[in-house]
Amino acid sequence: MIALSMLIATVCGIIFGLGLLLSGMANPAIVIGFLDLAGQWNPSLAFVMVGAIGTAVLPFALLKKRGTSLLNETLHLPRPRKIDWRLLTGSALFGIGWGWSGICPGPAIVLLGINASDAAIFVAAMLLGICLVDRLLPLQTTSDEHKQ
Amino acid sequence: MNINWQEFSPLYSTFGGMLIGVAAVLLFAGLGRIAGITGIIAGLLQRKRKDHYWRLCFLAGLALAPVIYQVFAPLPEIQLQNNLSGLALSGLLVGVGTRLANGCTSGHGVCGLSRLSIRSLIATLMFMGSGFITVFVIHHLL
Repeated sequence: MIALSMLIATVCGIIFGLGLLLSGMANPAIVIGFLDLAGQWNPSLAFVMVGAIGTAVLPFALLKKRGTSLLNETLHLPRPRKIDWRLLTGSALFGIGWGWSGICPGPAIVLLGINASDAAIFVAAMLLGICLVDRLLPLQTTSDEHKQ
Repeated sequence: MNINWQEFSPLYSTFGGMLIGVAAVLLFAGLGRIAGITGIIAGLLQRKRKDHYWRLCFLAGLALAPVIYQVFAPLPEIQLQNNLSGLALSGLLVGVGTRLANGCTSGHGVCGLSRLSIRSLIATLMFMGSGFITVFVIHHLL
């Protein structure tokens, strides 16, 4: 079972990465071009979102209705949370880093396979940021389980 | 508004997006897991868990993608837009921000919106808006 899960996870990662490359999301210049409303605007990324969400909406709904994965495993959905300062501030900060570099977490990992040394700096800093939040600003919930 | 018609690639973008959607669906259908990269990485960093294996496999798949891509076609010309300190600082902001928000473009933008989550909608609008403003400031004000 674990071997199958590992295979599925690897294949998913590859397909996801191929999608990021083909769509342009792994290319910082294209991402910044999308965020550059006042300049030469490249709307491409909007199509990426539409393509992704359009593909996933129905299957997600069907799976949720089914209640378990196709291999009869638990569906690990995020626990419903409030719209709080963490969500808003975090998203704002993320947007700044994203706008500055044109790189978000997924593309950062893909870039490791292209330009390892430079991407590694971004990824290392990203890991540090994640650790800092988990250490200094942990979620104050009754259970520490993040269902993601 | 000036549209960059030269770089605009609706077909590649849509198809690439569909691949992303397929991957997210497969991960959810197969493992019951959400393809939110920040969450997957963050889970790896938590020692108490016992599910590191699928996370490592997924991330390895991401890093392998460019290798596999090149079997079929040359990689697009990708250039990083920052110097080393810019990469480090923006990386830090992305790490802190996505962890606080409990999601990124894949977690909130793709998976969250596909699940019709209001929380993810707000997060997405927020980081998009922040991204638009940041690029405006950097490229048109500074």
